[in-house]
Amino acid sequence: MPEKERKRSSWIVNIVLAVICLVWLIPTLGLFISSFRPATEILQTGWWTVFPHRTWETVEQIQLPKDLDLRKPVEVNGRTYTNEELRAGIEIEDGRRLIWENPRERLLNVQERGWGMNTSFTLENYKSVLTGKEYEIAQPDGGVRLEKGSNLSRSFWNTLAVSIPGTVIPILIASFAAYAFAWMPFPGRKLIFVTMIALLVVPLQVALIPVLKDYTALGLNGSLLGIWLAHTAFGLPLITYFMYNYISQLPGEIFESAYLDGASNFTIFTRLVLPLSVPALASIGIFQFLWVWNDYLVALVFIGSQPDVQVLSMRIADLVGSRGSDWHLLTAAAFISMFMPLMVFFFLQKYFVRGLLGGSIKG
Amino acid sequence: MNKLAFRGFSIRLVFLSILVPTANLVLHGLIFLFFKHIDLHPLLAAALAVLWGVVGIYFVYLSLNWVVEQYPQHLRQKMLPFVFVGPAVLILGWLLVFPTLRTLYLSFLDAQSVNFVGLSNYVAVFTDRLLVTALRNNLLWVVFGATSCVALGLLIAILADRSSYERLAKTIIFMPMAISFVAAGVIWKFIYYYQPGDEQVGLLNAIVVALGGEPQAWTSLLQPWNNLFLIVILIWMQTGFAMVIFSAAIKGVPGELLEAARVDGAGEIRIFFQIIIPYIKGTILAVTTTIVVFTLKIFDVVMVMTGGQYDTEVVATQFYRQFFMYRNFGYGSTLAIVLLIAVIPIIIFNLRQFRRQGGV
Repeated sequence: MPEKERKRSSWIVNIVLAVICLVWLIPTLGLFISSFRPATEILQTGWWTVFPHRTWETVEQIQLPKDLDLRKPVEVNGRTYTNEELRAGIEIEDGRRLIWENPRERLLNVQERGWGMNTSFTLENYKSVLTGKEYEIAQPDGGVRLEKGSNLSRSFWNTLAVSIPGTVIPILIASFAAYAFAWMPFPGRKLIFVTMIALLVVPLQVALIPVLKDYTALGLNGSLLGIWLAHTAFGLPLITYFMYNYISQLPGEIFESAYLDGASNFTIFTRLVLPLSVPALASIGIFQFLWVWNDYLVALVFIGSQPDVQVLSMRIADLVGSRGSDWHLLTAAAFISMFMPLMVFFFLQKYFVRGLLGGSIKG
Repeated sequence: MNKLAFRGFSIRLVFLSILVPTANLVLHGLIFLFFKHIDLHPLLAAALAVLWGVVGIYFVYLSLNWVVEQYPQHLRQKMLPFVFVGPAVLILGWLLVFPTLRTLYLSFLDAQSVNFVGLSNYVAVFTDRLLVTALRNNLLWVVFGATSCVALGLLIAILADRSSYERLAKTIIFMPMAISFVAAGVIWKFIYYYQPGDEQVGLLNAIVVALGGEPQAWTSLLQPWNNLFLIVILIWMQTGFAMVIFSAAIKGVPGELLEAARVDGAGEIRIFFQIIIPYIKGTILAVTTTIVVFTLKIFDVVMVMTGGQYDTEVVATQFYRQFFMYRNFGYGSTLAIVLLIAVIPIIIFNLRQFRRQGGV
């Protein structure tokens, strides 16, 4: 390829791509910055004001007489302004402006234009989201009871308790099945496997109503076991397919010689197949883990209103509904829920991409 | 003598074959009840639950395998595959295959699942205003969302391929893929945030105000355009997926082919449309179907952003509403079946693809 041409197309390409990347990054950046800003400031100034920008800074304050009538023009330093002008801010000489600090107190700001940035950051948001606020509740007998408000740390542990077995169980079950499909002849093998493929893209909504009925009858509703089983079922077709593709490509000779040496299929599976499949297990494992961690619908249906087992996604969705403009809480909570996926993403990106390439058709 | 021994042996086997699965069931049932009725510290409960889930599933297989190993060799060979496949088949049958059939059946019954109503639920889905809105919006999601994801993904993959910071760019575009739709909902709700007055802290409204416009309540009052503002979230999240796969496919286009075209004087744009796109056609099709399937089931975004209000309802949220709020199992099931019908062509495509590759 002619070197010159490549270079020329390159800088346009680089700039266009940089703009796209910036657009992609800004939403997350806004959330991240906001989660560290004090509650009062989030609603008063945009998060972008933490970067240097032109702004009005108060250089002087003027205390007008308290009994001043605001319906008449106000006189300041020999000039008169109306109340409306002072409310919106009015420019005076040499780039300064006058604006009310507090009209009721008759306190006036003189401001100058300059560079400024909002640098007040706090960890308070994370603290109150993670530990909950403490409330003092007066008892009828006159005493005071300390009550902790809702906090996210419990649902963080719940999410882990759902996600880890919700990943390990389906992967183990699927790997056993994949091994059987790949290396053990048995009647009905083809039919079962074809069914599995057909189930790959079946929307899980078609199963929810009947499964919920069964769960209610068995008391599995709102329990960890119930949600593990649900995630197992909804993940199984894809994981089995993914693991089958990998396990069936493993060299059969080693299984054969191990078998001739007297190893049972179970031993071959646990001692040979699983260790050899670690790359595939990591890829699909990350995929399933993120799937379960990020899931909202399955949790919403099968955990429902049980507060003891609620997971992060449900709690955050609740917060959005109940405290829709408490952005200091929402941003911190959202970032807590993103922490785990982002860690997985940045440190295990290679496996994640591989899982994605193979596992792009989840039902 | 021999016969007697054999009988004793087979009685023991039958006994074991019943005892071990039952013991498993009882054991895990007891653990289940333990967790249900005993209040532990959340952290301890989580740790114990993880231990139970992970170790438990292994011991299920271990014990079942042990039972099979007690059988004589020729029987063992026949039984073992079913121990390996059995749990998968049972779970899929119980929680996916059988429920699908039951949902199909429920879709022909009325709201309380008592009387047979024929096709009237299906008629309602295509005539009731709320349900039709859901269908229309889902169509919007598929048409605008999926198309934009594929087009943008392709564009960014090409750009990244020719840029000098490919890895970084791909990581940035791909990152939203890892987070949940609920968290993405919070992120974008903040961008679209509207508050009365001059000071706008939502990015979009701040830009509009800076350009001299009026701030808007983007996701609620701007009907029907509010749907597009929700679809942007899908595009933000899923473009990375398309891009990663296209990027891998573009790297597979043979260099000589591009070289030859350049020698013949073809411009980059012509090369893109006449060589690269035809070459990765199969990948484009696969990515498109994947994103379409994903988009058909879209639920979390709408639920978090608007709760389905302001005419933003989609099939999956309407399904949830019918099911949990109106308790109309007939409509709920029918909507689920409509989703299923929408993916049937893709199921057939997958099966064909599988047969072409040689099957099991």
